Formats: sequence, C-alpha cells, structure tokens
Amino acid sequence: MSSVITRPQNEQAFIEEDGYEDHFHDHHHGDKYQSNFVTTYIFSMDHKMIAKQFLITGMFWAVIGAAMSLVFRLQLGFPAGDISWLEPFLGKWITISSSGVGSLSTEFYYAMVTMHGTILVFFVLTAGLSGTFSNLLIPLQVGARDMASPLLNMLSYWFFFLAGAVMFASLFLSTGPFSGGWTAYPPLSALPQASTGSAAGMTLWLVSLTLFVVSVLLGGINYVTTVLNLRTKGMSMWRLPLTIWAFFVTAIIGILSFPVLVSGFLLLMFDRGMGTSFYLSEIFIGGQALDHVGGSPLLYQHLFWFLGHPEVYIIVLPAMGIVSEVLAVNARKPIFGYKAMVYSILAIAFLSFIVWAHHMFMSGVNPFISNFFVIFTLIIAVPSAVKVFNWISTLYRGSIRFNSASLFAIGFVSMFISGGLTGIWLGNSSIDIQLHDTYFVVAHFHIVMGVAAFFGMYAGVYHWFPKMYGRFMNETLGQIHFWGTIISAYAIFWPMHYLGMAGVPRRYYSFANFDFTSQFGAMNAFITVAAFVAFSFQILMIVNFFYSMYKGKKMTTRNPYNATTLEWTTPIEGIHGNWPGKIPSVHRWAYDYGKFGEDAISQYVPVSEAEAEADKELVH
Amino acid sequence: MTALIIFICLVMLGIIVVQISRVREISAAMRGEEQASINSTNRNGLGLLVFMVVFLVGTVVSALYYKDSMLGYGPWESSSAHGGLIDSGIAITLFFTGIVFVATHILLFWFAYRYRKTKSPKADFISHDNKLEVIWTLIPAVVMTGLVVSGLDAWNTIMADVPDEAVIGQDYIEIEATGYQFAWDLRYPGADHLIGTKNFRMISATNPLGQDWTDAKNHDDIMPSEVVLPVGVPVRVRITSKDVLHNFYLPHFRVKMDAVPGMPTYFVFTPIVTTDSMRSRLSQYPDYQVPSDPEDPKSVPRWKAFNYELACAELCGTGHNSMRRIVRIVEKADYNVWLSEQPSVYLSTIRNTDDDPYKGQVVAAELALQKVELNTAMVNAMSAVDSVDRVVRLKNISYETGSANLTAVSSYELSNVVEILQQYPGIRVEIAGHTDNTGDPQSNMALSEARAQSVANYLTSNGISNSRFTAVKGYGSNREAASNDTEEGRAENRRTEFIVELPNKEEVPQQVL
Repeated sequence: MSSVITRPQNEQAFIEEDGYEDHFHDHHHGDKYQSNFVTTYIFSMDHKMIAKQFLITGMFWAVIGAAMSLVFRLQLGFPAGDISWLEPFLGKWITISSSGVGSLSTEFYYAMVTMHGTILVFFVLTAGLSGTFSNLLIPLQVGARDMASPLLNMLSYWFFFLAGAVMFASLFLSTGPFSGGWTAYPPLSALPQASTGSAAGMTLWLVSLTLFVVSVLLGGINYVTTVLNLRTKGMSMWRLPLTIWAFFVTAIIGILSFPVLVSGFLLLMFDRGMGTSFYLSEIFIGGQALDHVGGSPLLYQHLFWFLGHPEVYIIVLPAMGIVSEVLAVNARKPIFGYKAMVYSILAIAFLSFIVWAHHMFMSGVNPFISNFFVIFTLIIAVPSAVKVFNWISTLYRGSIRFNSASLFAIGFVSMFISGGLTGIWLGNSSIDIQLHDTYFVVAHFHIVMGVAAFFGMYAGVYHWFPKMYGRFMNETLGQIHFWGTIISAYAIFWPMHYLGMAGVPRRYYSFANFDFTSQFGAMNAFITVAAFVAFSFQILMIVNFFYSMYKGKKMTTRNPYNATTLEWTTPIEGIHGNWPGKIPSVHRWAYDYGKFGEDAISQYVPVSEAEAEADKELVH
Repeated sequence: MTALIIFICLVMLGIIVVQISRVREISAAMRGEEQASINSTNRNGLGLLVFMVVFLVGTVVSALYYKDSMLGYGPWESSSAHGGLIDSGIAITLFFTGIVFVATHILLFWFAYRYRKTKSPKADFISHDNKLEVIWTLIPAVVMTGLVVSGLDAWNTIMADVPDEAVIGQDYIEIEATGYQFAWDLRYPGADHLIGTKNFRMISATNPLGQDWTDAKNHDDIMPSEVVLPVGVPVRVRITSKDVLHNFYLPHFRVKMDAVPGMPTYFVFTPIVTTDSMRSRLSQYPDYQVPSDPEDPKSVPRWKAFNYELACAELCGTGHNSMRRIVRIVEKADYNVWLSEQPSVYLSTIRNTDDDPYKGQVVAAELALQKVELNTAMVNAMSAVDSVDRVVRLKNISYETGSANLTAVSSYELSNVVEILQQYPGIRVEIAGHTDNTGDPQSNMALSEARAQSVANYLTSNGISNSRFTAVKGYGSNREAASNDTEEGRAENRRTEFIVELPNKEEVPQQVL
C-alpha cells in the first residue's frame, strides 16, 4: 500500500514554513535570562533548567528519605541487633546499653518515620515528580517557548528549596525533628509536652511545609496557565498528550486543595503559640490540666485530608500520564481509548475531593457520614479500572520495545493494580474497622502511590533523559535497576499485607509487647533485608544518572524514539525558547503510531486530503 | 573496621556492575544494534513472563503459608458477634479483587511478552473501542455496587449504638476506657450500672480520671487493671482520652475506635468466645504448640499462655507500642463474682480523706457495700461448722462515748440486721458486747452488757422477737480480738458481735448472693 501520509522532507524547514510566528528572537550570545553562570544554573528562569533543579533536588531528598527508612527498618527487622556503628552519624539518637549494644532511640525512630513520610510524599513525589516533568514537558509538548511566567516558575523552585532547607535544619535540632507522623495530628503535634519532636521540630515542619505549599501554588498556577493559554496553533485540548492532561489536572487539584492544608496549619500554629483552642479540648498532660476547651482534633483531620487525599492523586496522576505516553511510544500504538483516559483523569480528580473522610472512618466521626465516603471512594475504582484496561489494551497487538522506560511503565501498571485493588478493601468502612492503621495500609499506599509513582518517575527519567542532557542513560544498568527494583519492592511490601491482616498496627517501635504482634520476627527481618537490597538498586540508578550525564551515549538525532510529540522536534541541545525559529503548528493528535503502516506521524505533520479520505474508512 | 571493609566491597561491586554495563553497551554497538536489541527484547519479554508466573504463584503460596494469621480463618476467627460480618466482607472482597489481580496480571505480562518487538515489527493501529470502554466501565461499577451495598449494610449494623429501649445493666453493660500517654485506664460502673461523671480539671494523683466525687454514680465505680467481660453480653465501651489521640483496638474482636480528648466515642460489641474456649481452640494448631517464651523451652505452650489483648492503634508518642491491657472473656457467673470482688475506687481510696466531699457523712454506696458485707458475713456464719467462724462483728454500729446509747448512724446497720433476721427466721443469735482493757474491768463489763442490750432493744422494738436471742451478754475485755497494746488493737476490741447458732440444715442458704 502506498502511503497516504505526506511527510515533509525537512522537518526544520517545514516548521519554518508552516509554524507559528510569535516574533520570538533568540539571542545567540545568551539573553537576559541566561547570560551568566548564576542565571543559567542557579536562578534560572528556563523551564528545562528548573525541571532539572526539581529532579536533582528530588533525588537528594529521595536518598535522605529512603536512608531514613533503612534506619527504622533496622530497628523493626533486627530489634536486638547492634547499630552502634551508626553513632558517628546519629550521635545521641543511638542509645548504647551497658553491654555495648547500640539501639535506635524511640524518639528518633518516630522522627525518622515521620520525616520519611513527609519527605517522600511532599519533596520527592510531589516536587520531584510533578515539579520535574510538568516543568520539562508542558512547554515542550504544548509548543510553548517557556512557562507563562518564568519568574514565578523560578520562585516555585526556590520556595521548594527553602522549604527543604528548613526541613533539613530541623533534622539537627537538639529536640529532634517532628516525630508525630506525617499527618501531624493534634494534640500530639500541638503540645510540646506530648512529644519532644512537637517542640521546635514541629515549628520548623510547619514553616517548611507552608513554604512548600507556596512553591506548589506558584508552580501550579503556571502549569494551568501555560496549558490553557500557550498551546501552539492547532494544539486543541483534545490533541494534548496524556502527560499534559495529567499535569494540568494535577495542578488544578493542587491549587484547590493545598490552601486548605495551609489553613489547617495556620490554626495549628495558633493553637501552638497563641493559646487558641481550635483542635484542643479537655487535655490533662504533663501533670496539669490545660486551659484549652471547646476545640476538636477532628477539625484538623478534615482540613488535612481535604488536601491529603487529593495529594495521593497529585502524586499518582503525573505518573499515570508519563506511563501512558511511554507505553504508547514503546508499543508503537496509540494509547487505547484516549478520550476515556482523559475522562477518567477528570473523574478521578473530581472524586478525589469528596472522599477525604475515608481516612477517618475510625476517628470518631458520625458513622452515618461514612456511608457517603464509602460510596464515592469505591466509585474511584471505576475510572481507575478503565485506565488499567486501557494500558493493557495499548500493549495488545503492539510491537513493544523493552527499554528501561517501558519496563518501568509496565511495572507501574502491575504496581497500580496490586496497590489499587487493596484500596477497595480499605475504602469499605466495615473492612477498615479491622485494617485501619495496620500494616495492610502501609502495604497498600506504598505500593499504589509510593512504588507505583516511583516507577512512573523512573519511566519518565529514562525516557526523557536525552531531552534533558542530550545523552542516553545506560540501558544495561537501567534494566538491572528495573528488575532489581520490581522484585525487591514487592518483597518489601507484599508481606506487609499479611502483617496487617494479622492485626499488627503500624508505627510501632517494637512488636515485643503484644502476643498478637510478636510472631513475625522472620518476616520483619526479611522485609528489612529486601529494603536494603531495593535501596542499593536505587543507588545504582543514581550512579547511572550522573555517569550518563557526562559519559552517556550521545543523542545523534532529534527524535531517537520516533515519537510523535513536539518535544522531539526541538534541537538536541536545549535552547532557550525551545525552537530556534517558529513554533511548529499542530495538525493531529499525539498518538498516530502505526497508522496506515506508518511507524509514527509527528503532530506537526499536516493531514493530507488522501489521509483525510482514508481516515473516514478507518473509523468505520 | 569490618563495616568499612563491607562498604568498600559494596562500592567495588558497584563499580564492577557499572563497568560491565559499559562494556555491554559498547559490545552491543559492535555486534550491531539491531541484533542486540532483538536479543534484549526477547530476554526482557521472557523475563516479564517468568516474573508473572513466579509472582502470581508466590502470592498464592505465601498467602497459604500465612493463612493461619489471616482474618476469618482458623485461629484468627473473630471472637465477637459482629466480627464475622467484617471477615466475610474481606473474604468477598478478596474473591473479586483476587480474580481481577490474577486476570489483569496475566493479560499485562502475556501481552508484553506476546507482542514484543520482532525482526519485522508490526503494530496495529487500534485507537479506541467505545463498546469495550462501556463494558469495562460497567462491570467494575456493578461489582463495586455490590461491595458497597454489602459493606455498608455491615457497617451500619456494626456501628449502631445500643437501641434506645435497651436497659443498661440488663440488656448491655457499659464500661469506659481512657487512653493517656502511655496506658489505658479502665472504669466499670458498680452496682448502679452507671459510670460517674468526670472532669479533666479534677485529675490528680489520687483521682487519675478526674471523677467528680459529689456524683453518687462515681461512688461504686471500679478501675480494674484488666478488661474482664462476660461472654454473650453486649458491651458499650465509652472511649475517651486524657491527652492526645489514642485508639481503642481489640484485634481479636474487630474493634477499633479513636480516643479523642474532649469528645467521647463509643463502640458496641458482643464477645462470643471466652478466653478459655479460645485457648482450647488454639491448642489444635501446631503454631500454638511451641513454647510461649522462645528463650525458654520449658515455658507453657503458646495456646495456654494466650490472652486477648487491648492495644493502641493511633500514634500517640514514644510509648505507643506499649499500651497493653489483657482482655479476659469469662462466663457470666464468673464475671459477677469478679465484679463483686473489685474494690470501689471511691470507697477504698477516697472515702473519708480530705478529697471526700462527704467526709463524715453517710454515703449510699458505702451503706450498700456494708449491707452486702454484713449479708455475706451472716450467710458465711450460718454455713460455718466451727464456732469461731460463726462470729459476725457488727462493724458499722457505734455508741456515744462512755455510754450504751447507739449513735444515729448505727440504725443503717441495725436495720440490715433486722432484714436478715426476718429473711432467715430459723436462726438464733447471741449478742455479745466487748470493750478494751482500759479503765475499770467492772464498769467495762457493765458497759459491754448494756451495749449488747441496746442492740437487743433496738431489734425487739423493730419486730424481732426476744426468742431469737440465745443470750445478750457483756464480756468486758475478757475476749480480746486483738492486742490491747496499740490504739488500733484497742479500737478493734471495742466491738459488738453476733454469734450465730448453728441452724437446721434445711435453713442453710444455697448461694451466698
């Protein structure tokens, strides 16, 4: 069959001819945005550089957060083991017994658990994931020179950096960092008498996260504005790649929910420092009755989870978008059910705002109210299932290239299924009576929004690394990384389902006090070993990342994956403004893979009359 | 040093892996990208397939291995009436999600393997299929509806409070659990079945819950160190906290509810398996035959050492993992015995101290307790064979100083005596008066006899016939109950006693209470 597709001979020349003239003039000797080292690498206003800043800062925090989990996993897996060798790093937080056996202090155990959660959820999986890829891909894939406001975009990163600096400082307080769990429920978080971590550590925690919310809002406003206003000619909403849909909706969720969190934090600050009683009532602690009466800890929980639940979609939607894109590119097929995918993203986003109290079934809220939250929670399973079926169908009759990115994308689908299905258990309030606050919950959310989101992030890093650094990451190391990670991640979290069903509560420093928790020593040791193995594979990934940045195989063509989206029409060496001349115009959706026997048709390629004719027959 | 060596070895290992990977990339380029990519694709495709099989088999095998600690199965069968609803909900959900889990994983990895890139790549342009989308929207929607309906049905049944018409103490009992850093305080109502009011501002060293002692409901409340509950009786646990959030968690009973300062919560459940029957059930499982203390092979087997447990399931600070209380489920009769043996906090620690608002006054709970004590003592005396065991001291009567006139407060005890004597018309008693050894023995003798006579007079004027007394005697200080060398001993010796005559056999009461 002779092709009905008319392909332009020379991509660059065609874009100059067909593209959109926005009177952008690149300054060949640098411009006001990147004229020296500081404006290029530090206070950069270029979205690609900011994306790299988010990614590398996220990686820094990922290593810290993961290392913390190893420390407390040592305690849980080998409670009698000697960890005095950690004393040079942790100092007084290691208590040495008279027989010379070092163990983790209880305060620091809880501080590590708390910091691990806070860091991973906010700094790594929100900033590191959404911050990186929204910044990198939104302008490149919608066909924009940069973000709508490069200045706010720069501020977004630096507020994130500042938030991180404050949190980092809190690690070195003599009273220790905050230790009341990443959800920071008052009264524990409100009263320094209740826990040493609730003293200065909590103050810094609140300051840090408030700065972080500023960062998310500045970024989010930019993402939404850019997607709505700066799409290139022809790039209608229905032609956006699914990555952009995911980032766009994620940003909207963030804008709507993060301010509520700040309001919750503000009231908490008032309770801590100004004698108000929003969350406190009838408390006797440290030998005295407090003056606070009339408040309710449940108010905080409502405010927190009004962000907290959408937050898990803020984390997982970008991963879903990345996976959709990576699967389509590597299966050489359109994403199956593009519109269904968009509608399911929108449905998930909408539902994410009316399910928050499913975290509070056992908190003392009126059991009648829980009925509504059960219904909406389990409805989320429907759009989620649609997405899973569509990803699987995308592989069907494809021609799948296995590389690090596509392997992680497939792994994401597996993780999302495994972790998502247990959500159906926990979302059903009657089952949650038993499983709430047990290791079953730990298994569920680590698999579905921890490991799965990481898999999405890795798929994105391997896939777009060439777009960031002009080089490829080492494939062999990448595949070792994938296989090591998927096996060890399941080895860590799958057994936790059994722990949870046996009733073992989460956030226990020791399992020795209870008969019903003390029988799983071997399993806990196994989990800890698996965690160390998993960690070592992530170190391998970081080595690969920095090694490939300088020594990786060079990118020699603009479009190495033969993908359809616009980021692969830009020059290999990323330039400010993204396209040297005009911005390409868009004539088709992002998923013309395998159409009419063509491997891939880029979005800038016009639809010829012959193709339009053939299209009519294709549909019916 | 060893740590350093291990660290260096790990770093070397990492370097080796990196170097080999580099070499592989280079050699792949030399062999030709095409062939290398086909080989790699085949390897990974096969890898995914093998992973799928190992993973799915692994999940099933490991689940079977841990089945004894899974909900609703064997040793982990619920010990509460509502627990079965939760466990069956889990079983139904496991069934549906299990099918989806296996099916989607097979499809995902099989497609990945089957449609891997080949030498002559060919992908079909399949963009969408609305019919399929509708099908796989509707099927999960229908399944979810089923799960929601059955789940909420169970939820609303389980979380329902006791019905309005239920009578406390008859249809259900109410107890209170108060969490604090880091333990649970347990409180049971006394004979009135009602828990007294409390106020956090009244908490003190002697009053850990801040009970309001002016509330008579508090006077018989008890604070045991274990949760003891009768089997088969619904119990409403009132759950509160003194400081931060806690969670009242009874894993074996599928009970979990936050303890919130300032906002009492509750959970209603019915224990259905006693601790003893649970132990004998557990004795059937090999896991429970091992020594309960792994360090000590001679310790009792696990099933014998088994106890239900109360834990905390909401992070509350550094001692979160240590808030343990033993829970014992016993037969109803044993429960009643246990309950009657628990001392009232008020009467045992507060009564007549400076904290007692009724210091020096009569308190109903105390009178009730005195009545029970007297009754028990009389019944025990009636059933006793030995003459020493047939002596009952009238502890709560007193006389004006140096006189035989009964104090007004003595009438409570004496009216109880009247009631008992009327209840058991067959018994006869000697009324015996005693003094200490201070003062003149002659006048002591006279006083003790006059006091015994006062008691006798009170009883006869309240309808007890003289014929019920075998004697009304004064013994002065002749019969010492304790040493007269101390004030306590002398106080003990100033007493009035009944000596119960051995009654006819048929008149011995069967049961004490």
